[in-house]
This record gives sequence, structure tokens and C-alpha cells, in this order.
Amino acid sequence: MSFGPHLLLALLEGAVTACVLAVTALGLSLVFGVMRIVNVAHGEFYMLGAVLAWFCASMVDGSPAGAFLLALLFAPLVVGALALAADWLILRRVNYHPEGTIVATIGLLYLLQQAVLSGYGPDARPVEAPVYFRVVFPWFGYSGYKLVVIGASVLLLLGTWAVMAKSKAGLYMRATQQDAEMALAHGVPVRRVYALVFAAGAMLAAVAGVLIVPIRQAHYLMGLDPLLLSFIVVIIGGLGSLRGTIVAAIVIGLSDGVISMFFSPTLAKILATLLVALVLVVRPGGLFGERG
Amino acid sequence: MNDDTMKAGPTATGGPKITRRGLLKAGAATAGAAAMAGTASIATAPVARSAYAAGSDAPIRVGFQVHRTGIGATYGRWYERTANAAAAYMNENGGIAGRPVELVPEDDGTDPKRGAEVVEKFANQHQVDFVYGPLFSHVVIGSAPRAGELKIPYFVVSEGYHVASGTLNRYVFQPGITDVRAQVQAMAPWVTDNLGKRVTMIFPDYAFGYDHRDYFSAAVEARGGSVAAKIAIPPTESSFTRYFPQIPADTEVLYHVMVGPGVLTFVKEMGEHFGSKRPRIFGFIDSLEGVDIASPGLSFLEGTYLWEAMPRYAGGLDTAANRLYREKVGINADGASVDDPKDVSTNSHMFGCWETLYAIKQGVEQSGYRSRTPGDVAALIEAMEGFRGFNEGIGHPQGYKEFNGALHQCYGRQFISEVRGGGLEVVHTTSIEDGRYEPEADYTQQSL
Repeated sequence: MSFGPHLLLALLEGAVTACVLAVTALGLSLVFGVMRIVNVAHGEFYMLGAVLAWFCASMVDGSPAGAFLLALLFAPLVVGALALAADWLILRRVNYHPEGTIVATIGLLYLLQQAVLSGYGPDARPVEAPVYFRVVFPWFGYSGYKLVVIGASVLLLLGTWAVMAKSKAGLYMRATQQDAEMALAHGVPVRRVYALVFAAGAMLAAVAGVLIVPIRQAHYLMGLDPLLLSFIVVIIGGLGSLRGTIVAAIVIGLSDGVISMFFSPTLAKILATLLVALVLVVRPGGLFGERG
Repeated sequence: MNDDTMKAGPTATGGPKITRRGLLKAGAATAGAAAMAGTASIATAPVARSAYAAGSDAPIRVGFQVHRTGIGATYGRWYERTANAAAAYMNENGGIAGRPVELVPEDDGTDPKRGAEVVEKFANQHQVDFVYGPLFSHVVIGSAPRAGELKIPYFVVSEGYHVASGTLNRYVFQPGITDVRAQVQAMAPWVTDNLGKRVTMIFPDYAFGYDHRDYFSAAVEARGGSVAAKIAIPPTESSFTRYFPQIPADTEVLYHVMVGPGVLTFVKEMGEHFGSKRPRIFGFIDSLEGVDIASPGLSFLEGTYLWEAMPRYAGGLDTAANRLYREKVGINADGASVDDPKDVSTNSHMFGCWETLYAIKQGVEQSGYRSRTPGDVAALIEAMEGFRGFNEGIGHPQGYKEFNGALHQCYGRQFISEVRGGGLEVVHTTSIEDGRYEPEADYTQQSL
């Protein structure tokens, strides 16, 4: 394959990675920005989204599109409810203590992973895409559904931005992010905002999981890669900066696509990790971080 | 078909100089009869020592190292079903040397480090007689040294060339499944003669994949073909499109073998990438083990070819032994679970669990093994090193096998199937001769 088409394919693949990564990492970034806690179980919410999509697909037989729409609705709701429960049962008990929550969410990670392993099993199971078509370029064919994923992710990101910038809930979140005590003094129900943000972060991960499952299948260990990449993105973008998260996701996603295609996927991971180290040395707060 | 067929068993004869070629001719002559009744014997009368441990009916305990979780989980599930079915059937028919066989399963997580720990647990904690069952080559290579140190016989069902290459140790045997080197060597002439001579290979980036890379490319070059590119993909990979641009445009045949949870994604993305403008494709069924060939997005596979060690569809090998084997394991005519037609088996690998357990049975019965004492273990190993083959029959439903005692490795026929109408049809069967290579090791030279 000559250079031009090769690059096009690399950019398409990179764009899919970038978009799904942006949605996943946005959830992590939101939780960190507002609550100042690191959620190590974030990748498991992504995995749960994918597994729930499989359940929807196996319940609604015969109509992949119907099952997929159901999953888009059902999976985030279930995962959101689970996150609310985790917030109430675990995070609140450790008083959102930064180190304590890291250990607690590591525990949550294993709980969720092993629960899925016991209930759903160790297999990777396919979910049919809601739409199936091939986009045929002169040099290669490409999955039409992957283009749908790009579109859906952009819509989700716009939606999240609208909520953050225009709604009262978004205002509360931004206020809590800037100064939780001051927000509380002004009547913002900070505890409830925390719970809401934790649930919203998990729901974003779950939606990303639903979007990716027709491409990648549902598997109980699938949460580890997006967790690692989300951390990379959030650190590079600047902890708590939503704009930084999106920019970093695009940089990491596209460079992953291009480097893995022209060189090797392992090199792409090595470079991304090196970039994190570089950012931490040069700009410890990240590219768009508020605090140095 | 009953247990008597097995009592005729493997032929444990004297000196190591008996030519396998001669045995093959004898085997080939009897193969037809064997296929029907499974009663043929490859060579002369068996030399059996005292088969029964007087007064002892304590079970023979076999540690079953199984990939219940991790990237080998699909295989692990079917390995476990097959091993359980083999043990149950064996116990209904007299067990091993009159003693019941008891499987003690432990999950190794498809992880080499955990594998070594599991072997140790079997030897020291569970006090089993033997360890048996792992598939993934990195796990086998990680676990086998520990089995050697603990001096516990270790029967793998792994395909990898690591046993026959001499890399492992005298305690490791692979008596139930042909190694990759012999498999690919048997396939290569058919591929170059029927599909094309310019081959691009896609294989998993670990020991098992390297066996394919090294021995298939050597075999293709020996037939005047050439390998255009060798593309290694990590078995944990979940996205494959990015690898396809590395396939050179002048590729006539795409050779694929993939494992891990992403295999369905792999074939689907291959279809999306090529559409109808694909090169000719020859794959190892590994890329589709546990996957329904009629899955959406796989229609491009129509008219491509796959290696099978054991035909997935019942029509591919319609023998009495195979019918009974499939019934006992619980797979239907399409190679899926009789309980759930969506649960497709890993039939080209799992039969190895069945056959290996029968090989163990024969080893125990011929050596007079009673318990895991150094003397009995040595007797078992030496007895098995004297085996020259296994007859086709209920113990070996895939077909008759040659066994090379110096290499601790068996050799059987292989199948090439074409994807037709969303199923598989056997179009070619290789002979054991096709996969023959110069031995590079001799475990019998190692001390016990």
C-alpha cells in the first residue's frame, strides 16, 4: 500500500481510538477535577458497559439495532446506579481521602472484574453492530460502523460540554471544582455533586464500552487498556481540565494510530508513556492544567 | 467399540532402530479397518507388564492444568469438558489398570508464572500422580522446568514444537496432538501447489507463532515458494486493522493463524479490509476456534481454506470412534455444544485431551506404575519412550498416531477444509509422512 492510503487508514484508525478514548478519559478527568480523587476502577465501568451491551443483545434477538439502542440507554443507567452505590458505600466512608480512594477503587476494580468473571464468564463474546456496511476506498475497505462510532463520540463530547457550560448541574460542578468549601458556603450540595459526578464519569465510560463492543467484543479483562490510556491522557491534558483531556486524547489517539501502523503498536505505547514522563518533568500540571 | 480395543494398545517394542517408515506402511495398510472399528494394531503384540496393582483401587489422580481464565479461556472450557468426558468414559470402562481416574483441576490463568505454581501445587499439595492438559505454549514453556525439577510426569496438549525440539525435559510428553512443525510441513506443499507460491504470514507474537513462522516459511521455500512478509501480532491484541497495510500487494496467499480473545475481531476486520478483492487465504482453524463460521461479517471466508487437526463438522471424519467421541464430549454435527448451538467447540485441539488421557492410561498399564515413587515414574517414562504408535479407536478417535519416544512427541494425519456455505468441508487429508522432519533431540539421553 502506498503512503497516501496508508496514512489515511492510519488516521481513520487513530480517529476511532481518539474518539472513544476522549469519551472514556473525560469521565476520569471529570471525577478527578471535581472530586480530587483517582478512580482506578474507571476501566471496569467501561468493561461493564460492553458486557451489558452483550446482555441486551442476547435478550433482544433478531434486531441488532434495537438491542444496541437499548444498550445505549440501559448500560449507562445500570453502571451509573452502581457508581452511585459505590460512592455511598465506599467513597463516602473513606471521606474521599485521596490515598484512601485509590486503594478503595483498586478493590472495586477487582470486585467488578471477578464478579463479571463469575457471572458472565471468561470468554470474549461478540455483539453485532447496529449497522453493517463497508466503506470502500480505492485501496482498502473500512468498517462503516467505525465511522458511526466517531460521529457518536463527537455528539457525546458536545453534549458533555453543553451540560458543563450551560446547565445548573454543570455550574455546580464547576463551582465544586474551583473551591468545594466556598461552593458549600454558597449552598451547593457538594456531597450530592460528588455522587452525581462519580456516576456521570462511570456512565461516560459505560457508553464508550457500548460503542466499542461491536468492534472489539466484550471480555472481562478489557478494562485495563483504556484505564492506562485514560490516565496517560488525563495526565498529559492536565488533571481536571476537560479541554486538555480532549486535546490529549486526540494527540494520543492519532499518534497511536499512525505510529502503530507505520512502526509498531508497542512503540506507540512506549512513546505515549515517555510523553507522560516528559510532561510530568516539564509541566507537572499537564498541558492545560490549572495548578502546577 | 469398547475398552478392549485399547488393551491392544500401543506397541512397546525393543530397540529404538525400528524404522517409522516401515511402521507407517503397516499403519496405512490397517488404517481403513482402524477407521471403521478401531481394532487394528499398528505392529506386533503388545508387551504388557502386570497391569493391575494388587489390592489397590485408590484412584489415579491426574492434576489437570486448565486455562479457565485469561486469553486461553475458550480453549480451557472445552479442554475441561473433553477431559471430564474422557475420564468419565474411561471410568465406566474399567478406569486405568482397574483403578478409577480422578481429575484434579486447577486454573493457571493462561499465565506462565501461575502455570509453574500450579505444577508445584499439584506435586506437593494435591499429591497427584501426573500433571496434564495445558495448551498455550508460553505457559507450557514456563511450567515444564518446574515439572522436571519436581520429577513429575507432565503431559501437555499444546501443539508447540517445544517438546520435540528438545527444549524441555524428560518428564514432558506430548502424546495426544501433533506438533506445529509437522503440521505446517504437511500443509505447505498443498498450499504452494494449489493456492500460490508468494505467501504473507500473520501469526501470534509468541512461541507458538514463531513455530509457524520458522517452519512454514522453511517448508514454503523448500517448495520453491517465497514469503513476502511475516507479520507478528500480540495475542492480547484487540484491534487488527492497523496490521493489514503491512501485507504486500504481490501476496498470492495470506496465511493466518491467530489466538486469544480477539480472533473473531481479527477475521472480521480482515474481511472489512479486503472485501471481495482478497488474496487467496489459508488459515489455521485457531483463528476461528470457538467461533461460528456463519457469524455476521465472515461471509468473505467463503472459498478460503483452513487447517483442521480434527474436523469440526461431523461429516469430515465419519468413523465409529469419532461418533462415539463426539457424543461423549457433547458436540453436535456442527461442532457446537449439544446444549447451546452458539457455544462452538475448539474441536481441532481438545481431542488431544481425550487422546492424551488414553496415552497416560496405556503408559500406566504397560509400565505397572502404582504410585509416584522414583522407580514407578522411571518405569512409566521408559515404557512410554518405548511406544511406537497408537491405534485408531475410541482412545484415539482423531486417527492412528506414530509416536517418537526420543522426542516424546506423536504424529497424526491432518485435514484441510474449505469454507462452503458457512460450514467446513474436508478437501484434503495429509499423511503422517508429509509432516516428517529430521529429529533434533533425544530425551532418552537425559538422566531421570
